Amino acid sequence: MMDFQVVVLAGGTAKKLAPLVSKEVPKALLPVANRPVLSYVLELLESSNLKDLIVVVEGEDAALRVGGWISGAYVDRLHVEVAAVPEDVGTAGALRAVAHHLTANDVLIVSGDLVSDVPPGAVAATHRRHGAVVTTLLCYAPVSGPSDTGSSAGKDKVKKSRYNIVGLDPTRQLLLHIAAGAEVEKDIRVQKNILRAVGQLEIRADLMDAHMYAFKRTVLQDVLDQKDTFHSIRQDVLPYLVRTQLRSEISANGLHKVEDNANGRVSSQNYVTWMSQHREIAPSAYQELLALSPRSPENALRTHKCCAYIASKSKYCARLNSIQAFSDINRDVVGEASHLSGYSFSSQNNIIHPSAELGSKTTVGPQCMLAEGSQMGDKCSVKRSIIGRHCRIGSNVKIVNSVVMNHVTIEDGCLVQGSVICSNVHLQERVVLKDCQIGAGYVVTSGSEYKSEPLARK
Amino acid sequence: MDVRRGQRTVIDPKVRQVGFVPAGATRPPARSHSVPTDACSSSPPAPELPLSGSSLSPVMIPPPRHSSADGLPSLSRSAASPVPIPASPLRRDTVQIPIGSYNPSESVLGSSPMISPSSRLDAVSEFSDEVPTSAWLGRSGSGKFASSFPSSSGEMMTMKITGGGSGGGGNTPKSSLTTASVVKALPGVSEKDRGALIEVQNEGISKPQKQKTSKAERRAIQEAQRAAKAAAKEAGEAVKPSASSGGALPASKQGKVVKPSSQKKDGPQVTAPVVPSEKKVGDRIPDKDRKKDVPHPRMQFDDKHRVEKAKRRAVVNQSEARNRVELFRHLPQYIHGTQLPDLESKFFQLDPMHPSVYKVGLQYLSGVISGGNARCIAMLLAFQEAIKDYSTPPEKALVRDLTAKISSYVSFLIECRPLSISMGNAIKFLKNRIAKLPHTLSESEAKSSLQSDIDRFINEKIVIADKVIVGHAVTKIRDGDILLTYGSSSVVEMILLYAHELGKQFRVVLVDSRPKLEGQALLHRLVAKGLNCTYTHINAISYVMQEVTRVFLGASSVLSNGTVYSRVGTACVAMVANAFQIPVLICCEAYKFHERVQLDSICSNELGDPDVISKVAGRNDLNHLESWADNENLQLLNLIYDATPSDYVSMIITDYGMIPPTSVPVIVREYRREHLWI
Repeated sequence: MMDFQVVVLAGGTAKKLAPLVSKEVPKALLPVANRPVLSYVLELLESSNLKDLIVVVEGEDAALRVGGWISGAYVDRLHVEVAAVPEDVGTAGALRAVAHHLTANDVLIVSGDLVSDVPPGAVAATHRRHGAVVTTLLCYAPVSGPSDTGSSAGKDKVKKSRYNIVGLDPTRQLLLHIAAGAEVEKDIRVQKNILRAVGQLEIRADLMDAHMYAFKRTVLQDVLDQKDTFHSIRQDVLPYLVRTQLRSEISANGLHKVEDNANGRVSSQNYVTWMSQHREIAPSAYQELLALSPRSPENALRTHKCCAYIASKSKYCARLNSIQAFSDINRDVVGEASHLSGYSFSSQNNIIHPSAELGSKTTVGPQCMLAEGSQMGDKCSVKRSIIGRHCRIGSNVKIVNSVVMNHVTIEDGCLVQGSVICSNVHLQERVVLKDCQIGAGYVVTSGSEYKSEPLARK
Repeated sequence: MDVRRGQRTVIDPKVRQVGFVPAGATRPPARSHSVPTDACSSSPPAPELPLSGSSLSPVMIPPPRHSSADGLPSLSRSAASPVPIPASPLRRDTVQIPIGSYNPSESVLGSSPMISPSSRLDAVSEFSDEVPTSAWLGRSGSGKFASSFPSSSGEMMTMKITGGGSGGGGNTPKSSLTTASVVKALPGVSEKDRGALIEVQNEGISKPQKQKTSKAERRAIQEAQRAAKAAAKEAGEAVKPSASSGGALPASKQGKVVKPSSQKKDGPQVTAPVVPSEKKVGDRIPDKDRKKDVPHPRMQFDDKHRVEKAKRRAVVNQSEARNRVELFRHLPQYIHGTQLPDLESKFFQLDPMHPSVYKVGLQYLSGVISGGNARCIAMLLAFQEAIKDYSTPPEKALVRDLTAKISSYVSFLIECRPLSISMGNAIKFLKNRIAKLPHTLSESEAKSSLQSDIDRFINEKIVIADKVIVGHAVTKIRDGDILLTYGSSSVVEMILLYAHELGKQFRVVLVDSRPKLEGQALLHRLVAKGLNCTYTHINAISYVMQEVTRVFLGASSVLSNGTVYSRVGTACVAMVANAFQIPVLICCEAYKFHERVQLDSICSNELGDPDVISKVAGRNDLNHLESWADNENLQLLNLIYDATPSDYVSMIITDYGMIPPTSVPVIVREYRREHLWI
């Protein structure tokens, strides 16, 4: 289908997200609006008619769980193959493990924690149109959540990892420079030859690498083969390809050979060269580059293009790669990006499952979600929060800006604010939680107060 | 149908004299001169008359509605329609094409317009519109092929089905993939869509016939036609000479050149292609409404009904611009900038499209590839790829199925950007090659033969042709010349560079125009190579022309009346040069020649993005037109092409040598066989 293969990198049990993730709940299955986060990617792909997927999961157990969930949820909708890779091999390592399954011309690599409505086809089409080696999806970084959440140190980290320093050509189609936000404090080194080639380089810091890449398969495999120290796509492979786009070491030669062999009689390559000398290459001054440098056509071919597709601001795009992001995405999916959730909202702009029971004088505000089988006592108040299935919540409980997963028991008089409460947690009476993350199965004793603390079972 | 015809006549090129009308061109009188021949070929109430008549008289009377459907004097009909040749003198060249034959390629490629009584009887003009593409699919044989798409791809998809979907991964750590979820039955949205699409197409075609003729009527017509066949034949032969003699191209000198040549050709060939076609047409009429046999060769975008219909079929979501210039309403004008994102987001939803074709379409749409040769080469290479990956579905014939596939690709490309004439010719060539494949060839042999045909076409018709043109043109450059060129033509560039390499001493005046400023890239390359250049915009053409000694121009196409169809502004440059008595040399490969006749740049043109002319890059202070789209009193016109009358052209340099514009029909005629067969 369009000669694209899709690999979803679903990750494993990310340490960053402790205590939310656990052996039982790998990252891919973290609930976002009571649906595993992976389902957002899968449904995005499905809506683009991409039904043959390879999902790579770190760790055998996690793979089993993810595979089990997929086979249950998508049994007759998708053709998903799950591959397990050892933990800590990184994204590049994960791809290496499945590289030999890749046969299509181009590979679309999507991170499993992406929550977005950017059509993958747009990235793929940009990739194709430019004949690029790699095309990455850049989107405007979402506004970070309420500033009163998260420790300041954590937030800094979050911010840095979200932003990227991106260099673009004037037409904003070619990716000329990319660096992770963490490196911003240092100087930015821009290669002179790239700068000379395009004449003008636009450096932007408001874009985020959304971890949706289209790679030329041969190039990707070559890079993974040759550079066995590369660990991460974002930090190693992509910057490498961007860096070397004017002195391509990767398979430009190989490609050339292949094409020559393919049409031995009259080489089509000549026409392509002919065309590129004359008319193709309209975007940006690459044309001038080719015209300027008195290179032979072979040398000219030793360049490769790295492109970027910039999603429009109206599209939602976020990655669940931190606890902050987890809260933000949960909030957005029932809030501003509610079309992503797939639920239909009531006139009060919230979702209350018919089987949920509310006590008297209990209010559930807008942008809230109350899943099936949950019970709430009297005089409770829920604002901008998500409550999972079969929770039992007592009276006089206040839940604000929080995510409560399944089978949670909250006794009377609790106050939960800006927190994430995982499954099977038990909050005894009059517990006060502010900006806390409670790991699965934890029991918070009555009357205790916590602020900005992760709590998990030992 | 009749509505269509009426509109067709409204935009008929021959009734307008807009643009450059050379002095002394008195066409209308000559046209009326040929009326009698026409009248005798078709009796007045026949539906064809208004058409053929319309090309003859400047006053248009829309034909009465439904006149074609109900019982007509069938003799006049059959006499007129299967032998359309005598109807218009401009059409004589097309006799060679087997009209209405059941040749598979022809029926898909252009049988419908063949019978069209309009003067532009070419198959190429039909490529650049959207309506007939549906006709290709819906037409007798090919409809079947179209409906085979779903089944074939469905198979591909269901191939993947394996056993039950069991969860769980990692028995073996790295290599193995565990199937977690399996598509059991792929009812495929896309498949349904395609099915629906085809239905729509078929409906669109078959509907009108139902309402118009009952079975009895049709039978009556059929029988009458059979009876009239002999008479028709005689009439055809009788009329032909008179048409060719009476209908010389009016009042322009090239008309005379056409005349004898056409006679020569008509003579022997009249009976051969025409007679069988009559038979076929006669047989076919009961099945198909005559309407379908006479579709308009070019989609008229001021016809709301048809535009709606075409839109339903369209792959590219085209939202039309609201404020359109009245005179150009018949041309597609879309809101630019909406198509590309839409098409991109649908990237994975278009199953039947080959990736390389899709890529080329995107590149057309985004303007990455522009220029006649580059577009043509890109298209052919994409088709080559598609053919390489093609495999005939079971119970299909390669010849037919592949033709249908190519047709669907072409209609997709048209949606991305209207085809150029050169591309139309190339498609015609390819389809012809497919149709002519010997049946004894195996699939792989057929495919490789087609691939090498494409390679040869590119090589001989474009690459080598350019070299030949360069060789010819260089002889016209002398030391001390000041050469003027306009825009950015790849051939002209090669000529200039080659002349420079030969050590000729000359200077180049490069004239450019907004909004594309294509000349700047050319200027860049020329200056980089050390040529002495002057760069100016077209506003200054009258001043800069004084010192110029030769004008070299590229062309998108050269039409058989010598009209040069080229980048907008070319006509202006040529006219000024002509006024200064400076020779104008048009450099154009012969594969871009076309038998169509066009007198102005209105009836067939392409509209560009109107926004780009209202905005000046880098001048934010000149944004007076910022919200132009909301103002109903303002219409912006960004034409892409214009037509240069042959009077302003001194010489056309082509791969067959340097010829005067009056000799274009000779090339078209003499080498068409070669074009198609190589």
